[in-house]
Amino acid sequence: MSTSAIILAVLAIAIAAYALARRKAAGIAAAETGKLHSMPSYHGAYGLFWAALPALLALCAWLILSPILATQDMRSLYPDDLGPQLSAFPGVADDMTRAIAEGIRRMPDAVRATVHQMPIAELSPLLAGLGVPVASAAQDWMIPAALQRIAFDDWSRLAMTIVVIGLALAGAAFALSRIRLRLTARNRVEAVIRSFLVLASTIAVLTTAGIVFSMLFEAMEFFHMVPITDFLFGTVWDPRFAAAGTNASGQFGLVPLLAGTLYIAFVAMLVAVPIGLFAAVYMAEYANNRVRSVVKPLLEVLAGIPTIVYGFFALITVGPFLRDISADINGLLTGTYGSFIQAQSILTAGLVMGIMLIPFVSSLSDDIITAVPRSLRDGSLGLGATRSETVKRVILPAALPGIVSALLLTMSRAIGETMIVVLAAGIAANITINPFEAMTTVTVKIVSQLTGDLDFTSPQSLVAFALGLTLFAITLILNVVALYIVRKYREQYD
Amino acid sequence: MTDATLRSLPTAAPTSAAPPRRDIGLKRRYGAERRFKAYGIAAVGTGLFFLCWLLYTVISQGYTAFWQTEIRLPITFAANIVDPRGTGNPDMATLQRANYPKLAQDAIVAKLGIDPADRGAARDAAALVSANVRAELRDVVASDLTLIGKTQEVWILANSVVDSGVKGQFDLSVEESRRPLNDRQLGYIQQLEQDGALEQRFNWGLFTFGNSSRAEAAGLGVALIGSAWMMLIVLVVSLPIGVAASIYLEEFAPKNKFTDFIEVNINNLAAVPSIVYGLLGLAVFINYMSLPRSSALVGGLVLSLMTLPTIIIATRAALKAVPPSIRAAALGLGASKNQMVFHHVLPLAMPGILTGTIIGLAHALGETAPLLLIGMVAFVADYPATPLDASTALPVQIYMWANEAERAFVERSSGAIIVLLIFLALMNFFAIILRRRFERRW
Repeated sequence: MSTSAIILAVLAIAIAAYALARRKAAGIAAAETGKLHSMPSYHGAYGLFWAALPALLALCAWLILSPILATQDMRSLYPDDLGPQLSAFPGVADDMTRAIAEGIRRMPDAVRATVHQMPIAELSPLLAGLGVPVASAAQDWMIPAALQRIAFDDWSRLAMTIVVIGLALAGAAFALSRIRLRLTARNRVEAVIRSFLVLASTIAVLTTAGIVFSMLFEAMEFFHMVPITDFLFGTVWDPRFAAAGTNASGQFGLVPLLAGTLYIAFVAMLVAVPIGLFAAVYMAEYANNRVRSVVKPLLEVLAGIPTIVYGFFALITVGPFLRDISADINGLLTGTYGSFIQAQSILTAGLVMGIMLIPFVSSLSDDIITAVPRSLRDGSLGLGATRSETVKRVILPAALPGIVSALLLTMSRAIGETMIVVLAAGIAANITINPFEAMTTVTVKIVSQLTGDLDFTSPQSLVAFALGLTLFAITLILNVVALYIVRKYREQYD
Repeated sequence: MTDATLRSLPTAAPTSAAPPRRDIGLKRRYGAERRFKAYGIAAVGTGLFFLCWLLYTVISQGYTAFWQTEIRLPITFAANIVDPRGTGNPDMATLQRANYPKLAQDAIVAKLGIDPADRGAARDAAALVSANVRAELRDVVASDLTLIGKTQEVWILANSVVDSGVKGQFDLSVEESRRPLNDRQLGYIQQLEQDGALEQRFNWGLFTFGNSSRAEAAGLGVALIGSAWMMLIVLVVSLPIGVAASIYLEEFAPKNKFTDFIEVNINNLAAVPSIVYGLLGLAVFINYMSLPRSSALVGGLVLSLMTLPTIIIATRAALKAVPPSIRAAALGLGASKNQMVFHHVLPLAMPGILTGTIIGLAHALGETAPLLLIGMVAFVADYPATPLDASTALPVQIYMWANEAERAFVERSSGAIIVLLIFLALMNFFAIILRRRFERRW
């Protein structure tokens, strides 16, 4: 049976168990004197869980373990020496054998019976005809291994079907046999539900662990090929794709990428912080309710626009606009109409990213400013300070820790931003201080290294994980510091 | 205010003339006040200006994408071309191979009254029609085999250059060699327009076609279906898990190191750059679990993990907003803690949870970066039937078109952005309605 059919069968058994258990409990309640400990529906759920959970757990375990065991079983038929190309990568041999097995499965039975006598050269075109391309490095010994694999998989599937459905039936029978007047069905069902809740809440932890470990493992593999010091302190980024057979792997210097990332984020902050802060102050301290109720949602629209739209805006409108206007300025000043701002430049990317961050700064700061208690404002105004003096001398100092942490969060957002820089910052890894030229960022390089052909054994692909780890570490530090500042320096006014 | 109080103080020098007012720098301070306020207004104005500029750019470049120039031609489905073996019932392979561009060329040459011997003129006329005519006419014949040998009026797509020209997107007054349409072709276009055989019709293809390297035949069909699959997966995966996790953390969890740790984790995940989730998906779902690359399933799972913190944070806020008296009342009447949560607290928190979920979904719908890493930048022309098939997503399609050089693709990507923004606006609007309508204030 296919996996989905097994799942459906288990669910059907579980639903039947629910109905039977519920009826039995209701029958017991009617027949015997005394009161059921739990309502019949809880007895039903008790039956349902007993039927479904052990069976589904066994199914999961089987699906995870079976391919691992099958591969080991298959490898027992490999020759001791896999040959010059494959001995370094037994995983590749596994993939090829699996592909051959997959192809043989699709063959009509008559052909399949003759497969074990064929050499690979004869089999490959047959398989290709069935839509399973086999790499040219395939060897003759892969055919018996593939047949072994098929046998193991067939056996495993049959055994899995029997075991899982048997478990479901056994669970249902067990639950039905346990049902009596004083069975504490509700408590048991609730305990199961509660463990589901705990499980769900650990998903967040698992995600974090997944992020850290997946990137760590791949990055470690990269650092086996390229020394970590070359990566962290290298000033040249030039991951030329190595020709087959050579050991040249290119230069992977982080410095130009990190410089570009920080420079663009800095320009973005130069745009976003003054505009966002002044807008927040105006909205919190000056604007009346009517203006606020119109302007605030409008500014927040900017936050709801996907970053790809900003990227497009930068690429199509802002970049050419800056280029043309720089040509005009140049023409007015020197008489030669050459543009000194490139269409893809730090300024373009930073400006557009700054626009994207305005609502981020303003709504975070707005919350913090309005959290400063009324009494501080009234006190300051009562002593004769103007509104702006109140803002500058009383409110901003009181809100400072919150604002600093908001700015750090904004910075982390700017560093991790991808689509704007992919479209507007350029891909040349320069180091320059001229904001009118193109520079590239960590995120751009992650994207460009991982789109197109992927090879999890080449440093050109793996470097993306090292870059991702760097990005994750930087943003994590910024977030933690932001949290720390708020906790440590926040004034408690209540 | 200050000088008014000074003047009205009765104790100040009752007899002598009022002393000269002390200069307390009021003028300067009021000036500073006015400037400060002006900065605030300028900041708000700048923000709004950027918003308008952005929307104006997208809309002004994109609204024309919803119209497409088409040409109505009386196509003669000549039997010797469509069905060369004369079986009367050609199979699909024969239909695939037939020379449809020839049919279209014959039709347009006849329509314009060009001498068929004038090769140059015929070529210019045929160039007005999209190269996609092959697929279009094949579909027409395949759906109705009785057409073979007959003549039928068919609306076919014009070439994207003609489309741009008719929409006035490039300057037709420059000299002939420097524009993509020559004078003869412009004459043909005018002639067809006067006949009513060339007009701009609503561009259904934008919503139904798959991707194509020809702008006029490229559409969002695959992307819309891919995005719909992904939103479904995000909803199915992250809503139950998110709600369950929040219920545990908000209602059951004891205050200890472990729950603190979970909480810190969730807050951090909410601030992790989205591209990192793409790396996670690539390493775990594709490399380790070997799920198919560029499938909607992987995209949906990655976006689910990304949306989870948003949903958890919103759900916890909604649960917190339910007053403790409800809980006390339920427990007091003998409900178990589970019953209290699932029968009383959760239904009351539902509007808030759904609002948060919709906003999370809207966010996921517009997300691009993680999808690039899991291979959704693929050229997909066929509809994905299951979430395991290769597909693409709305924002990724925008990204791919934005990288194309042709003018017609700029129009298409702006049009796609308008579609995306309309979806987002609808979702946010729905969330606001939900909040206004159902959220209780306690």
